[in-house]
Amino acid sequence: MNAQVLLEFAINVLSMGSLYALIALGLVFVFGICKLINFAYGEFITVSAYVLYLLGVFTSLPWPLVFLIGILASVAIGFLSELVAFRPFRGRSLDALLVTSFAVSVIMQRLFQLGISPRSKAVPIPAFFNMNVELLGVITPLRNCLIIGTTLVLLIVLVIIMKYTVLGVAMRGASENFVTARLMGVPANLVISVAFIISGFLAGVVAIFWSARTGSVEPLMGMSPLLIGFIAVVIGGMHSLPGAVVGGFVYALIANILSLTLPTSLLSFRDAFMFAIVIVFLVLKPEGLMRGNYQEERVG
Amino acid sequence: MNIRDFIEDLDFSRKSSTVVFLIVILMVIGFFIWWLNIPFIEDIFTFGTIMLIMALGFQLFMGNSGILNWSYIGYVGIGAFASAIFSMTPALKALQIPTMYPFLISLHLPFPLALLAGALVAMIAAAIVAWPLMRLSDSVGAITQFALLIVISVLLSQWSQVTNGPRTFTLGGTRLTTFWVALGVAVLVIIAVYYFKESSLGLKLRATREDRYAARSSGINFVAVRYFGYVASAGIGGLAGGLYSHYILSITASSFYMNELFLLLSMLVIGGSMSVSGAFFGALLVTLVRQGLRQLEMLFSRSGFEASGSAEIVVAVILVAFLIWKANGITGGRELSWISIKRRLRIGSGKSDNIPKN
Repeated sequence: MNAQVLLEFAINVLSMGSLYALIALGLVFVFGICKLINFAYGEFITVSAYVLYLLGVFTSLPWPLVFLIGILASVAIGFLSELVAFRPFRGRSLDALLVTSFAVSVIMQRLFQLGISPRSKAVPIPAFFNMNVELLGVITPLRNCLIIGTTLVLLIVLVIIMKYTVLGVAMRGASENFVTARLMGVPANLVISVAFIISGFLAGVVAIFWSARTGSVEPLMGMSPLLIGFIAVVIGGMHSLPGAVVGGFVYALIANILSLTLPTSLLSFRDAFMFAIVIVFLVLKPEGLMRGNYQEERVG
Repeated sequence: MNIRDFIEDLDFSRKSSTVVFLIVILMVIGFFIWWLNIPFIEDIFTFGTIMLIMALGFQLFMGNSGILNWSYIGYVGIGAFASAIFSMTPALKALQIPTMYPFLISLHLPFPLALLAGALVAMIAAAIVAWPLMRLSDSVGAITQFALLIVISVLLSQWSQVTNGPRTFTLGGTRLTTFWVALGVAVLVIIAVYYFKESSLGLKLRATREDRYAARSSGINFVAVRYFGYVASAGIGGLAGGLYSHYILSITASSFYMNELFLLLSMLVIGGSMSVSGAFFGALLVTLVRQGLRQLEMLFSRSGFEASGSAEIVVAVILVAFLIWKANGITGGRELSWISIKRRLRIGSGKSDNIPKN
């Protein structure tokens, strides 16, 4: 009995953590190279979820194709938003970039409200996602196993790309020191575009599993994955890709523990506790759990 | 003696002319609208003035320190709820928010004192949390401020015994923030924010914005300087929040979140965050654009086309355009003053420009 509870807890943490790790990775890919905290990242996810909704409701395309188009949509949005909104800020202050991404996020939210609906819409997800399976005596929806598997595969692929391809090495170089990387012949536009494309791709994958879990999509849905991503990134270390993955899992662990241990009267304050932890983390350990190429950011 | 020479002969000290200009402009607009005597436009002006006060308080810290202060709108919310709790009569509170702590129900102050008390509560909240946060800069600083905003927002939206939780907090009674109250407070806040900027504390804070290492090596304890600026900014935010809640009369925690912060941010960026005049004209411009578009939206929706939210899109696009092409806003980060006007005229008349830069 006790072992079973523990196993259930572990599956919850692993499946949530996988999803959160992907969210955090999408943020860190862009942050690492552009030093942009991308507030519009949540909307990349929303775009993809809306495509899933539109294709699922109004067409009868097979689901693998729907998923593929959904991912392509957020990839396109990632690529285009960089081209239109972020490229003019190359070499400008961090705050200008940050405010721009905030503005892009507001524009996209309002466009969803105007163009589709301010109310939430049910996203049709293939039935096997929510089918219950028995895993070592624990009953859990299949999507929990799928996300763990998907994340594992994606992480392996990303590690191979980052470690063994010229592009990956160039990207790692650019995130260590952008100026030097350019001097060594790394094309800046290409590297940044690829970072946004990978970020958009991850957002697309997240959108599938996020809307499978919530079952619906609404204009402001990007906010909660964005917040989760922030926390995970901060805990893991803002300058390190493995850190983002670790941060995602640590977030899932803390959130699950808080859900279990907080008395019900305090449960609604869970997010406040999470963000208080973030603040404490940033004050005491601004470089995060995994120390990347730490940049001077704390003074005093 | 032509008019140009006459203006040059008038010699205000640079320090005071800005305040006089801004107050006169606000007063002229205010009296004109009062003379028009159309309640609908008076309401827009009152609300715009409250937003102006918020923008000025926002500028006080963000403009002078250069730190992106996300948490500011949280202090506006704290001030809004706190002053409402102080100003409502115990009987009304017991009726509207039965879950409230008994000692809060028994509190009661007249409206002006309640406003000040609201500002004080916001300042105390800021004073308690701010010290360690003032050591952080850049992206870490921005995320910390953002996290703080989430914490404040969750507290406001879940603490049923204080804010009525996620439900609407209704003040009841009459609208205490009238046209003249808002205008009067705005005048005082313009004076306060401008002289803060010109004070030695403000100068030190601006020095840390320009180069924190140089500032530190000149003996400026920038954690302390930032701290006092932050707390002062929270105080003005709390004051604006109190005016806001006694104007709107029913508030929820979500009235003090991303959308409102975005508006303030766009005001500051479009006007030019580094000067008080920037916050002033930014607030003026954004309010005008927004209210104009709101009217258009209503016109559209009457003809059956749902367009709500398009005002924000337009403001956001203007904001990005300003960031790309004119990052210092319409004022270029300078103050409106006699000297700047005289310089304009000189350049216009082809005389040499030997007045030192602002």
